[in-house]
Amino acid sequence: MGSSFILIPSPCKGDTRVYSVPKLDDYSLPALDGLAGDLTSALKAESAAVRNEQEWKAFRDRWLSRKSGIVTQLNDLLKAAPKESKREVGQRVNQLRALIEEQVAAAGRQASAPGRAGDQLDITLPGIRRPLGAEHPIIRTMNEVVAVFKAMGYSVAEGPEIETDYFNFEALNFPPNHPARDTQDTLFIAGQERKPQRERLVLRTHTSPVQIRAMMASPPPLRIVCPGKVHRRDAADATHSPMFHQLECLAVDSNITFSDLKGTLDHMCKALFGSSVKTRFQPSFFPFTEPSAEVYVSCPFCGARGCRICKQSGWIELGGSGMVHPNVFEAVRGYGYDPAKISGFAFGMGIDRMAALRWDIHDIQLFFEGDVRFLEQFA
Amino acid sequence: MKLLPSWLREFVDVPADDQALARDLTRAGINIEGISCEREHTVFEAEITTNRPDAMNHYGVAREAAAIYDAELKALSAEAPPSSAAAGPGRVRIEIQDAEGCARYTARIIRGIRIGPSPEHIRRRLELLGSSSISNIVDASNYTLQEMGHPTHAFDLDRLAGGRILVRRARKGETLKTLDGVERKLEPEDVVIADAEKPVALAGIMGGSNSMITPETRNVLVESAWFDPAPVRRTARRLGMHTDASHRFERGADWGGTALACARVAKLIVETGGGELDGDEIDVVARQVGGATVKLWESEIRRILGGAITDPEVPRILQRLGFAVKVNLDESASYAVKVPTWRLDVEQQIDLIEELARIYGYDRFPDTLPSFAGAVVELPAAKADSVARSTLLALGYSETISMSFISAEAARQFSAAGLAVVQNPVNDEASAMRTSLVPGMLAMLERNLNRGNATARLFEMGHVFELIGDRTDERPMLCIGATGDAMPQSVHQPARPYSFFDLKGDIEALLGRFELGRVECELPDSSSPAGWLQPGRSARIVADGAALGQFGEVRPGALPELKMRQAVYVAELNLQRLYERGLRKIRFQEPSRYPAIERDFSFIFPPSVHFNEVRSAIDAVRIPELRGFAPIEIFRGGAITAGAYSLLLRATFQSNERTLRDQDVADWSVQITAALEKLGGTLRSQ
Ligand SMILES: [Zn+2]
Repeated sequence: MGSSFILIPSPCKGDTRVYSVPKLDDYSLPALDGLAGDLTSALKAESAAVRNEQEWKAFRDRWLSRKSGIVTQLNDLLKAAPKESKREVGQRVNQLRALIEEQVAAAGRQASAPGRAGDQLDITLPGIRRPLGAEHPIIRTMNEVVAVFKAMGYSVAEGPEIETDYFNFEALNFPPNHPARDTQDTLFIAGQERKPQRERLVLRTHTSPVQIRAMMASPPPLRIVCPGKVHRRDAADATHSPMFHQLECLAVDSNITFSDLKGTLDHMCKALFGSSVKTRFQPSFFPFTEPSAEVYVSCPFCGARGCRICKQSGWIELGGSGMVHPNVFEAVRGYGYDPAKISGFAFGMGIDRMAALRWDIHDIQLFFEGDVRFLEQFA
Repeated sequence: MKLLPSWLREFVDVPADDQALARDLTRAGINIEGISCEREHTVFEAEITTNRPDAMNHYGVAREAAAIYDAELKALSAEAPPSSAAAGPGRVRIEIQDAEGCARYTARIIRGIRIGPSPEHIRRRLELLGSSSISNIVDASNYTLQEMGHPTHAFDLDRLAGGRILVRRARKGETLKTLDGVERKLEPEDVVIADAEKPVALAGIMGGSNSMITPETRNVLVESAWFDPAPVRRTARRLGMHTDASHRFERGADWGGTALACARVAKLIVETGGGELDGDEIDVVARQVGGATVKLWESEIRRILGGAITDPEVPRILQRLGFAVKVNLDESASYAVKVPTWRLDVEQQIDLIEELARIYGYDRFPDTLPSFAGAVVELPAAKADSVARSTLLALGYSETISMSFISAEAARQFSAAGLAVVQNPVNDEASAMRTSLVPGMLAMLERNLNRGNATARLFEMGHVFELIGDRTDERPMLCIGATGDAMPQSVHQPARPYSFFDLKGDIEALLGRFELGRVECELPDSSSPAGWLQPGRSARIVADGAALGQFGEVRPGALPELKMRQAVYVAELNLQRLYERGLRKIRFQEPSRYPAIERDFSFIFPPSVHFNEVRSAIDAVRIPELRGFAPIEIFRGGAITAGAYSLLLRATFQSNERTLRDQDVADWSVQITAALEKLGGTLRSQ
């Protein structure tokens, strides 16, 4: 069995390989299968190339014409077959004829499909679009902030969402029964009463416990950024959710000062909101940092002139920060953190609120409903 | 809390208008959140952090202003009106039995007062501050609280049995009806003020109605004490009480201010209600609180704050805030700083450094970036997470985030292990930590269908939780959900509904990015809790023997509360197990320069033969040149025996070394045919 293709000159398209049924000497099954395979490939290729009514008619005649069409050539093949092979050859010829008829019909439907007026497509018809998935606005915001910190040499760290009292509070310098715990609106896991307080399980109220876990995992110098979910006992409404997202950063080294905290967060704000924004630091209180500061960024939406988003103040509250409290280092002293020798700063921000401000989303419940009309806007 | 700048200005000459004062206080940590104008008076709305009870009053904030502007703070007069009675302690015996609960108790007795309204200027101030005027006696206490922050209480002296005051723990079974009219059951952990017979007040929280001031009251005892934060907080929490007094005592009142507060209240009562002091102040001290000396090193200030604050500024700032500073006392420290009794929050050096920084002004510190000598360490899962996410986004799924809480019933349906139940849930209907992402996904799909979004493709990556003994098991999972059309109807093509094999293909594409060996689809384990999937239209994914997850068409009624209008498909995969395998390593192979040859095989198989057996049989033939092997068409019915099916398979052969000869392909075709016949297949053309 030689090549199934012969080269014939074509009047309009130059030289093209056009299929014709070869003569067979060998009527073995593999040879027949080979022939069927070649014919099928050629049929599909020609069928796919049909672009208009005129081409379709030429295609149809080449394959189905009683005079010299391929179907007729197949019948000739059957006639030429030796007696003992007639059955196999006949079955194949029938199958191939059915396939040819089907392909010719399909190509005819395609040729008269909308958008095909002769050779001309209606190029103004919409394209065939494959759907794209949309990145969730919270994840997107989180990734952007993480990327800013990564570029400054920070590694990503993670921790569990169910934490012990120790990691969520005690190691972060919230002593048991301290009023500062009241501000955290903690959700407790049931059935913990018998355990010592520090082992009781809570839903972490902030990503700060990851600071402790990261310091226990590696000695200084340390630079980490930890994005994650946190939970608090807040009823769901347009501006509250019992579950939300925070991002925490921690830098510890032998030479870190309050100016480094300010400079780093100022850089972060410029990277996120543009180089013209300014930052402001206002004293605050967090048990695990001292000095502590609220971080404000000049409103990027109005250029600090005052708008609805910044409530006419020109400033937007970004998050809390401060120099790591020596009592926090004391909790991980055994891991190489001597509060007299090292210093560091930490920063935490709410991601959901930031995303809501950024896209002017008035109801943060939209983040958690899975409504595709909401999500697909972020593709 | 509210503050009147006009009142602040009585204590300090502020060289700024109200707006500037609010801004400057805020920048020093006394956060003025709002400024309003009520009846021609400016009112500040202040948010004072929990560590600063000393600033929860006008004099305390005036002290901050004095420090900020380096202005003089005027002293509060402690001068009590003259006592007419004989000198010496008043005729009431005071005893502190519980020194832990009460460190100091200062009292004064005033006789012959008349209950009546307060004068206009007191009433107006209290009302501007949002506290209603009650009577001259009660107002004296409230006014002093606003003025200098120390909570005080006035008892009707004639209703104190035995002329005694006893600070002690409550006895089991004792009760007290507090001023709010509620009968309180007391416990031995509660510190109470008692007379000779019974409790008359909950220490530091609220007085009792059995000793309260009434219009008939003529003689009063003014209490100004220092109660320990811990028992006040414990009792207030247990009884669900929160009062102006408990708010301050819980955070730490001024031990040194009891006498001054007592004298201020007594003075106001005598001024507004008449009467005369009976004897001198009675001051019982059980122990001393505060006033410690903290050492401060110049080097430590520089280490934390850099060099911005210069040497002479350090004692100046601290002295303005009321700290007594001794400079260069000896070799052991640069400064010895005596902490005033109202600053219980200052315990160590770093607390002083914060005082320096905030009064100096945070915005005056230069911005610098730290040098860094460490290395970036990627989380092992970070890259895998990002690959999984980008693959699913590219496949057309949008990421969602659903709540971590689900109903306990749903949580139990998806886990045989212990549930992590929230003790104080926001919503009783969703009190369990999710054991699966599926209930959340189903709820989101249902929500989309109910809102008329007939097509949705979603995924969520998040943690699921189980409580196993004392240990929590928290795992990252992936859930994929889809319903509606895989391809929408258009002028170009008819609509094609999303199917089991769309989901399977997308899972294959995702898994293909990881270093997995053989991945199999198996029938779901009947004992598994996957009753949410439709039998016969769902599968378990097993990679190299380990279950990765399950997927398929969701069984109608899988969650009783959800009603789906159309078929929905969901997969849940264990990301931890997937990530353990690592991302697929790229193993480059030179593309062949020789032509590929395709061969089709048409077989009829009995219904018992599944495609994975066909694939295994072909794999077992081990033809290195077999580069591809795919099922192309399946026919059922027609001339084919019922149940059996015809499968058209396409094999692609190619070698990197040579052009394949027809004889090679013919030989391999024979081997493949033999293997499939052994499996029970019949070559169709025979
Ligand atoms: Zn603005």
